[in-house]
Amino acid sequence: MNKLTAFGKASIILVMLFLAFLWIFPMWQIDLRAPQYPGGLSMKIWINDITGDVDIINGLNHYIGMKTIHKQDFREFIYLPVAILSFIGLGLLVLLLNRKISYYLWTVLFLVLGLVSFYDFYKWEYDYGHNLDPNAPIKVPGMAYQPPLLGYKKMLNFEALSQPHIGGWCFILAGVLLVLGCYYERRKSI
Amino acid sequence: MKRLSFLLISCAVLGSMQSCKMKNTESAVSGDAASKVYVAPGKYDEFYNFVSGGFNGQVTVYGLPSGRLLKMIPVFSLNPENGYGYSEETKDMLKTTAGYVPWDDQHHLELSQTNGEHDGRWLFANANNTPRIARIDLSTFKTMEILEIPNSAGNHSSPFITENTEYVIAGTRFAVPMGNEDVPINSFKQNFKSTATFVSVDKNTGNMDIAFQIMLPGMNLDLSHAGKGPSHDWFFFSTYNTEQANTLLEVNASQKDKDFIVAVNWKKAEEYAHAGKGKRLPAGYIHNTFDEHTQNTTSTLQKEVLVLDPKDCPDMLYMIPCPKSPHGCDIDPTGEYIVGSGKLAALIPVFSFSKLQTAIQNKKFEGVYYGIPVVKYEEALYGEVKKPGLGPLHTEFDAEGNAYTSFFISSEVVKWNIKDLKVIDRSPTFYSVGHLMVPGGDTRKPYGKYLVAYNKITKDRFLPTGPELAQSAQLYSIEGDKLKLLLDFPTFGEPHYAQALPAQKIKDKSTKFYDIMQNKHPFISLGEKNAKVVRQGNRVDIYMTAIRSHLTPDNIEGVFVGDEIYFHVTNLEQDWDVPHGFAIKNNPNAELLIMPGETSTLKFVPDKQGIYPFYCTDFCSALHQEMQGYLRVSAEGSNVPLKYGTNATDTASVLTAQK
Repeated sequence: MNKLTAFGKASIILVMLFLAFLWIFPMWQIDLRAPQYPGGLSMKIWINDITGDVDIINGLNHYIGMKTIHKQDFREFIYLPVAILSFIGLGLLVLLLNRKISYYLWTVLFLVLGLVSFYDFYKWEYDYGHNLDPNAPIKVPGMAYQPPLLGYKKMLNFEALSQPHIGGWCFILAGVLLVLGCYYERRKSI
Repeated sequence: MKRLSFLLISCAVLGSMQSCKMKNTESAVSGDAASKVYVAPGKYDEFYNFVSGGFNGQVTVYGLPSGRLLKMIPVFSLNPENGYGYSEETKDMLKTTAGYVPWDDQHHLELSQTNGEHDGRWLFANANNTPRIARIDLSTFKTMEILEIPNSAGNHSSPFITENTEYVIAGTRFAVPMGNEDVPINSFKQNFKSTATFVSVDKNTGNMDIAFQIMLPGMNLDLSHAGKGPSHDWFFFSTYNTEQANTLLEVNASQKDKDFIVAVNWKKAEEYAHAGKGKRLPAGYIHNTFDEHTQNTTSTLQKEVLVLDPKDCPDMLYMIPCPKSPHGCDIDPTGEYIVGSGKLAALIPVFSFSKLQTAIQNKKFEGVYYGIPVVKYEEALYGEVKKPGLGPLHTEFDAEGNAYTSFFISSEVVKWNIKDLKVIDRSPTFYSVGHLMVPGGDTRKPYGKYLVAYNKITKDRFLPTGPELAQSAQLYSIEGDKLKLLLDFPTFGEPHYAQALPAQKIKDKSTKFYDIMQNKHPFISLGEKNAKVVRQGNRVDIYMTAIRSHLTPDNIEGVFVGDEIYFHVTNLEQDWDVPHGFAIKNNPNAELLIMPGETSTLKFVPDKQGIYPFYCTDFCSALHQEMQGYLRVSAEGSNVPLKYGTNATDTASVLTAQK
């Protein structure tokens, strides 16, 4: 039997639905806290935008020579929606083809997409935290300001906490569902 | 035996003398007072207390119960600290028909009301010396409007308001001739008049406008309060010097047994005004409004005022005799009781609004005063509080039917019941209380809980500071029957009347910063790229930006002695509590504090050549000390080209390109 199980078909629809949430909720959230910012500062990364206290963070970062963050500097905000939309489109195809092999390939594609995105995010953070203006007013020898990819980090007077937002959780859930789906389809084919 | 009993009696007498020693602070404060006023670091006070600044002309804001000073709002006096009255935008706020008056005597405050309760929108303040009323916005704590009052002097019985802020009141303390007529001072009785001015307040914008003035016989209108509920249509003024003395008032205005409380039916007055019963008389007065968007003051000269003469307006005015130069004129929360405080009387008369209405209907008059019917004292009287203390001045109320009266001479506050007129408790003040205030105590719904006495004399209350001492405020708890002294704290200026409302009514709508996209200032620089210097004749406009931690431009050359230089500084920050300051060396014109998103202008006319450093005066960031620049002022007629920039090698070429 090469055809998809009912669970497999349902999972495709669910995954597409989960990914659609990326347009409704942010993917990632970085929270910053310092004595002078009792309410904290927060930056939300969307599939196609970056929102929150970006202007304030930009204002602060000029002291240590970090680059200012501007939406238009991120080519990711064009590539990522296209990639996810294409992926959703392929999902329809997988559903129509109704073949296990296409489901497996679709899952592999998702995992590659996820890994590339994370790597890209990490690379941006590294560059953002390390690539400092040599003329910056405040220079702390050996200090880099790379925000954490996931979790907590203390940088000078700021504490940073980085974690997925609802959109990000949906993305992760989609991945988990796909892996589970593959496992289930494999078992049913034996 | 006899000797023994004598000894015992002597001991008992001595013992009782010990226990009835004069009350001092130690005996007045009970043990748990500290915990009642302790507001832990980082916690907020329960009430905003707006306190008049008296002779300092400003309004101060304290937190209750801690007594912590939160802010001083510049209103009627110059404030070099933030440039109020000095900056090009605000200097016209202090413009009057007499020119720029740099100071005033600010006595009374009133919070705007809807249905007799605080609505948390505006605060009104009077100027006693050069008659004016100001309106302060409670989202920005900024003076937004100042209206001059013509045909008045000593705007004392002001700025009391009606229950829906329909009108804010201005009443003349020093009777003067209408229209600044030149007459002999001793022709007081013929020529001097008092006016009760009704200023309408726009429901939405709060903008004030003189609706009409009621012309009264020459006498001193002292204080006033609007009716409430059943007495909504009425306004009550206390008067003194109905003797009409124009010299040595101390003696000559204290002759009569009774002066009056003037009862004004303002609804009727409004009808007469609409029906054209008034006369439009020439009168110059200036109206200043501050526009939030252009951030500039508009001053307009008004040229006439609508005056109602009681002769043409029957049933609009009545006089109630009130013992001995009444001062306070306070209406209880139900609107039924009118408390007059004869400051030289040994009792407090309480008048009944319903009895007054019956007396008017049945024409129970004892005579007329300049054509105005005088109601018989007993016909309007509800009752008298006997032997309450000496020198009653003002009365506030709680929600449980109690009244609290301040006594200047006996230096105490006294709690009494309105229904049975019996004294419940008394507590000393240190010293000589003037006004007192219960949060919401002059509204239909007092919040109660605390009472604050505002004292005129402090002597030994605080560490000595030479001959000139602070005045003070004293906080009492009024929960329960007893008045409990909790705290005293020195005040800024001399406090007269005050207002307080629960913090949650306004704290969440406090503006954090101005949206720079809403800034419509004609000289804004929206971004550093738009910073520039423009010369027109000898006027030099510097469009400058401030952002942590530099000013743009910070090097300016090509300016000459005698030039009129305007620094238009825009604070580009869009975050909470990041103001920048601006000052330049030797400028005889104060400094600026510019809030985020705001543009302010400082004028500078250098009279000597030299290099003039300018800098940010408000510690804004870790690099605040670096936030500075230089203005080069060259001798008149010297050949120095206009040149400016921040971290730019040469802007002269850019400038040539622009031309």
